[in-house]
Amino acid sequence: MTVFIIRRLMQAAVVVFFMSFLVFSGVFVIGDPVDILISDEADEEDRERAIAALGLDKPFHIQYLRFLGKALQGDLGESFIFEEPALLLILERMPATMELALFALLLAVVLGIPLGMWAGLKPDSVAAKSIMTGSILGFSLPTFWVGIMMMMLFAVMLGWLPSTGRGETSEIFGLEVSFTSWDGIRHLLMPAINLSLFKLALVIRLSRAGTKEVIHQDYIKFARAKGVSRNRIILVHVLKNIMIPVVTVIGLEFGGLVAFSIVTETVFAWPGMGKLLIDSIGLLDRPVIVAYLTIIVFLFVIINLVVDILYSILDPRVRLQEMKA
Amino acid sequence: MTVINEDAGVASAGQGSEGVETPFQRFVSDFTESKIAVVSAFVVLAIVFIAVFAPLIAPTDPYDLSIVTVADKTMAPGAVMQSGQIAHMGTDGSGRDLLSGMIYGLRISLGIGIGSAVVALAIGVVVGLIAAYAGGRVDSVIMRLVDMQLSFPAILIALVLLVTLGKGVDKTLFALIVVQWAYYARTVRGSALVERRKEYIESAQCLALSKARILYRHLFPNVLAPLIVVGTMQTAHAIALEATLSFLGIGMEQTEPSLGSLISNGFQYIHSGHYWISIFPGLALLFTIVSINLVGDRLRDVLNPRLAK
Amino acid sequence: MAGSNGSVPTLDVENLQTYFFTKAGVVKAVDEVSFSVQPGKVLGLVGESGSGKTVTGFSIMGLVDEPGRIAGGHIKFRGEDLVGASEDRWQQLRGNQIAMIFQDPMMTLNPVLRIDTQMIEAIQAHENVSRDEARQRSRDALGQVGIPSPDERLKAYPHQFSGGMRQRVSIAIALLNKPDLIVADEPTTALDVTIQAQILYEAQKLCKETGTAMIWITHDLTVVAGLADEVAVMYAGRLVEHGSVDDVLDKPLHPYTHGLIGSVPSRNKRGKPLEQIPGMTPSLLNLPPGCAFKTRCPRADAACETAPDVTKPDGGHRLLRCHHPHLDELAEVPA
Ligand SMILES: Nc1ncnc2c1ncn2[C@@H]1O[C@H](COP(=O)(O)OP(=O)(O)OP(=O)(O)O)[C@@H](O)[C@H]1O
Ligand code: SF4
Ligand SMILES: [Mg+2]
Repeated sequence: MTVFIIRRLMQAAVVVFFMSFLVFSGVFVIGDPVDILISDEADEEDRERAIAALGLDKPFHIQYLRFLGKALQGDLGESFIFEEPALLLILERMPATMELALFALLLAVVLGIPLGMWAGLKPDSVAAKSIMTGSILGFSLPTFWVGIMMMMLFAVMLGWLPSTGRGETSEIFGLEVSFTSWDGIRHLLMPAINLSLFKLALVIRLSRAGTKEVIHQDYIKFARAKGVSRNRIILVHVLKNIMIPVVTVIGLEFGGLVAFSIVTETVFAWPGMGKLLIDSIGLLDRPVIVAYLTIIVFLFVIINLVVDILYSILDPRVRLQEMKA
Repeated sequence: MTVINEDAGVASAGQGSEGVETPFQRFVSDFTESKIAVVSAFVVLAIVFIAVFAPLIAPTDPYDLSIVTVADKTMAPGAVMQSGQIAHMGTDGSGRDLLSGMIYGLRISLGIGIGSAVVALAIGVVVGLIAAYAGGRVDSVIMRLVDMQLSFPAILIALVLLVTLGKGVDKTLFALIVVQWAYYARTVRGSALVERRKEYIESAQCLALSKARILYRHLFPNVLAPLIVVGTMQTAHAIALEATLSFLGIGMEQTEPSLGSLISNGFQYIHSGHYWISIFPGLALLFTIVSINLVGDRLRDVLNPRLAK
Repeated sequence: MAGSNGSVPTLDVENLQTYFFTKAGVVKAVDEVSFSVQPGKVLGLVGESGSGKTVTGFSIMGLVDEPGRIAGGHIKFRGEDLVGASEDRWQQLRGNQIAMIFQDPMMTLNPVLRIDTQMIEAIQAHENVSRDEARQRSRDALGQVGIPSPDERLKAYPHQFSGGMRQRVSIAIALLNKPDLIVADEPTTALDVTIQAQILYEAQKLCKETGTAMIWITHDLTVVAGLADEVAVMYAGRLVEHGSVDDVLDKPLHPYTHGLIGSVPSRNKRGKPLEQIPGMTPSLLNLPPGCAFKTRCPRADAACETAPDVTKPDGGHRLLRCHHPHLDELAEVPA
């Protein structure tokens, strides 16, 4: 297992290295780095000084190494607007985004697996067909559109839930969270549902497909032949089998949730890092933009790593192969 | 690591003619078995028609600044504008007739969606064929790239590109092409590999067949079916993604509003009771995306011989 | 049907009909099948691939799934008719009083659950015993079927076992609750000869000692000869011949059984060419009327266009379904 993790860590490092190169090339080479990194208000003299200070007169590989070195020390530039380190700004907003994404993930799994299994167990029932129609809609409707509709219905017309913001928060282990108070939950609910819909549709499809496949396997029939109760067959034999693809995909999709929270946060004015990004784009606060992209790439690589490890723990066949290798 | 892909299930087109039916006739009769799909297909056709003939259909020209006046702003559906015309769906925040704006917006959304899908398809086909036929190093480098790109959400890649490149039709189009090509490349490579294996037998049997002929006669039809399905779904995705990017304010310029931009504009008025400014373009977007998706869904069922019992 | 001592048979199947109602038509996988098994006895069920042996087994377990259904007949387990029994009742019986060993050992164990989980749940489904006790019993059962170091093996996953070992695990699972009836669907095909002998020995011992009745499904007539007391021959969903092992194997009356035995290599037939049954098993989907064997039968004639009824050729225990059986076999003086 340790060998396995070490090998995966090395692979992850390679991907981060490669992606940092891409982001660097993207921002520093394709775009004009002076435009991207220096405030528009700067005068000619400032620009000259900044170009020298940033080493933009140096050859490409030197520039890249400098970028890497600074990034490794956590220096991703300073915000023009807030005049604070960009990294710090993003880290401050991160808990809000993570809370939103995790809550959405939880909703997708907790609702999606039972609904998908139901649809897989009784594929011809009306309920199953409604579930599947719903999941097609969940797949095809753009998140922002659904968000606007939800806001209009539940906040503007019915007035049940607050339309924007995060509401009351409290600190747990130094992190701001909102799920501890009723007000916080009321604010969290709509954005989280909105963000989860796409993944919910995905989990439903995966669970349904998995259930339909597993339920016809000989080992399910054999479990029945042992006299094992229907509940145990569904909750142990079927569930454990479909958990493997669901966990893998859901884990991989967590990155997608963080990425898509940009949209949800913009709709519901949720004070997370996605909203910060869109605000920064509007305000041309480029160091924050660059920092956000770097961080999210890093996040993706970590997520992929964790999913790989989780997957190997869940599926004994993979675990064994990896241990042998 | 297995990434489950919705589009991967399509293997090859149903061939083999039964009786006098041509494959195309059978395709049509299979497709029309589903009423929802037929209705969706008609909706798609109608939408394309509206988009193509937008200038003839739209009651006013929303870009004509001489008739747009702020005095008309945020009028409710059915109100009469300064010009004497009825705004059937109301007017937007700057006094434009919303219906006309939507018709032109639909044209832009559809144009970008279809345009980016077609170009991405062309690139993906070429790259996918190269990967399948070159094999070895070339193949593994290309597929690494494809896998890596697909491991990031499309919206993130589009975001990176648009943030570095800036807004605009051309840039949005470019971003959407970059986002999509990998899906096609993977689809084409998969089907081409299956065919290549068959081709060995084929070429052993009749060496007379030229390579070009094999490509045309065998590879093309079998790669075509999955491509049509992936292409339909991707077009819908592209339209949704463009709308999302425009909503975020990093896609289209406000001078060329797509449906997404219109919704984004209307969003500002959502709390002041002018619901129609975002709802109507939203519904137009909804119909477009859902009907294309339903057609794609049906195409997948019909063109996939394993599913078509 | 007359039992050996008039006691209630463990299993009594009467006119069983199990049909699959598919889109293409009705598949009569099991049609008008009757037989019974006494406590401590072994019934060998033979027949070629697709003749309905497994479906018969599943019917007895109440495990026929959509689109299949028991369309008629009775399955009496110790006098209780199980056709139409509630799912709860089936659940009580399955794995407890009636157990089944499945045909394909590679597919019968759940790949993501450990062997101990899969064995312990089989015990705890029927008895209120502690995990430790259930584990102890599982371990003993594994030892009984010849699995070395069972303690370690309990913690393993199915993919860590070979096919033969998986088959033995599923045999051990069937034995766990000391059932009254075991349906064994070709349980020894994946095993090598010595293990097979051991399993057959264990099976026989179990029947003798505990009075367990057994239905042993197989292609292998030598296994039937060594193990079974009675044999039933299935063809295209129907029983065509049924009787004691000695009678049927020595004096096969039905042309199909006759051919089947003729195709088995044996010492006293050395030098003579092996007989073969020409043709292929008919599709069970929409079987044409008449005897299902008529297209392959050397004795077929116009009479065979109508389906033969069950007859008692020796006026005793034997049952037969044929218009022109090899009655000459009966006339022969037994050795
Ligand atoms: N789910 C099903 N749907 C339709 N037909 C079925 C189904 N299951 C079994 N059958 C049909 O029932 C018939 C009997 O099948 P069964 O599995 O009992 O054969 P078998 O005698 O066990 O053969 P083998 O020796 O190959 O195991 C076959 O013709 C098969 O096609
Ligand atoms: S009934 Fe006729 S066809 Fe059928 S087995 Fe007997 S002789 Fe052959
Ligand atoms: Mg069988």
